[in-house]
Amino acid sequence: MINTGEILETLRMIDREKLDVRTITMGISLLDCVCDDERRLASRIFHRIATRAEHLVQVGEEIERDFGVPIVNKRISVTPVALIAGAVRDPLPIARALDRAARETGVNFIGGYSALVQKGMTEADRRLINSLPQALSETDFLCGSVNVATTRAGIDMDAVKLLGESIVALAEKTGEQGGLGCAKLVVFANAVEDNPFMAGAFHGPGEGDCAINVGVSGPGTVKRALEKVKGEPFDVVAETVKRTAFRVTRIGQLVAREAARRLNAPFGIVDLSLAPTPTVGDSVAHILEEMGLEKCGTHGSTAALALLNDAVKKGGVMASSHVGGLSGAFIPLSEDIGMIEAAKAGALTLDKLEAMTCVCSVGLDMIAVPGDTPPSTISAILADEAAIGVVNNKTTAVRIIPVPGKKVGDVVEFGGLLGHAPVIPVHPFSSEAFIARGGRIPAPMHSLRN
Amino acid sequence: MGSISKAVVTVLGFDRKGIIARVSTILYERGINILDISQTVLDGYFNMVMMVDISEPVGSFSQLSDELNALGEELGLQIRIQKSEIFEAMHQV
Repeated sequence: MINTGEILETLRMIDREKLDVRTITMGISLLDCVCDDERRLASRIFHRIATRAEHLVQVGEEIERDFGVPIVNKRISVTPVALIAGAVRDPLPIARALDRAARETGVNFIGGYSALVQKGMTEADRRLINSLPQALSETDFLCGSVNVATTRAGIDMDAVKLLGESIVALAEKTGEQGGLGCAKLVVFANAVEDNPFMAGAFHGPGEGDCAINVGVSGPGTVKRALEKVKGEPFDVVAETVKRTAFRVTRIGQLVAREAARRLNAPFGIVDLSLAPTPTVGDSVAHILEEMGLEKCGTHGSTAALALLNDAVKKGGVMASSHVGGLSGAFIPLSEDIGMIEAAKAGALTLDKLEAMTCVCSVGLDMIAVPGDTPPSTISAILADEAAIGVVNNKTTAVRIIPVPGKKVGDVVEFGGLLGHAPVIPVHPFSSEAFIARGGRIPAPMHSLRN
Repeated sequence: MGSISKAVVTVLGFDRKGIIARVSTILYERGINILDISQTVLDGYFNMVMMVDISEPVGSFSQLSDELNALGEELGLQIRIQKSEIFEAMHQV
């Protein structure tokens, strides 16, 4: 029997600490839509998604009401489009079909305009990467991603070079909205196939026909719990985070099972991520500061984040029958009020963020840099981040926005969950000749690890 | 509704006359049996938690939920009903 104190605690976590389920994401395979007629392919894709995800938003809202816990986003991820576009010349009609399907089903994002090119690019992969600026600038709901590296294959530097150019072109095409298109494109190393979070979600080729993946959140609840153990040693801090992560994840598991049952789709995974929002009281940076740092980004931030990331996993893993996705702490700059403040104060730099990505769930996320940053510098940033992922056997990602017309110190507003970001400096020294080489960086050793 | 049969009604806000009477009336009209009730008033702040059986409801859960929310607005309180599994998931291993 649950007691009154526990019930009131749950209500407090939802009302005051902004506990929510961040997303229910339905993964849908499009492999059997393949066909060599562009129009038929697009129409098959649209109907597949519109039928399978017809009730997704409605069921999400019902669960929200039944359990009294907010479910912020309902989303769809699909098979990487480059895998189903091999027999057609142009992937753009698929982009438009996906966007229409998102509008039809009422989801707020659809992910999977993607290619997996860690070892090399097919003609379809190359066409998709080249089409990214057009596809992501003319659609409203579509998100894309490209996996350019894995620990087993190394880093595809030809793809890295192309993507630097695509990112700059995409920023320019969406210049009036501050380069917003780039917020919908993620460049991965060691991408996971069951990530429910955007913009990097896709339904991997190793998945079944359909899966329900759920992403939890709760930076506010962790911060609040740590406020009660001020000055205590790190052993206590880690235990407190674990305990909180366990509770948060149990809600995710409940929602995932319920959504899978009501949508008649298999339950995939719960992603144990601490995903911040720009709202006050929902910041990962503030958790690090609660541990005793004056500003996020100062010395000690990497250690604090490492503890947080590990404790979230340890606490969450027992609360769910299947854990997957990215599972860890996110540090998106523009989507976290504490990160924004720290960057504005000069405490948080690109170099420190890169260091922090070695120990957290993803990578350089929602970083705004000057609009005149050369494509080769963007590519070099992608390569650095991929190297961290490849060598450390973890997922890393980059979502970077070279904001047209903006310089260091300016602020760019993306709106909604994407927040706003101060434009931070990149190194002025050129990486041009480095990126011009192309080819592949070989996969690293898996023994003799030091 | 499947196997789900219990829910928790919570009322939070400043104390006034007739809160329990009004909430119980709605539950009665909707065929809901009250299993347990606990209430505290601290510095005029009213906390009530009710465990109810919703296995034979009159109308849908969402109608009941809307009706309780509306009563909350009328009385200037926060009244809500949630299926009990969320609390069990969070606090029981």
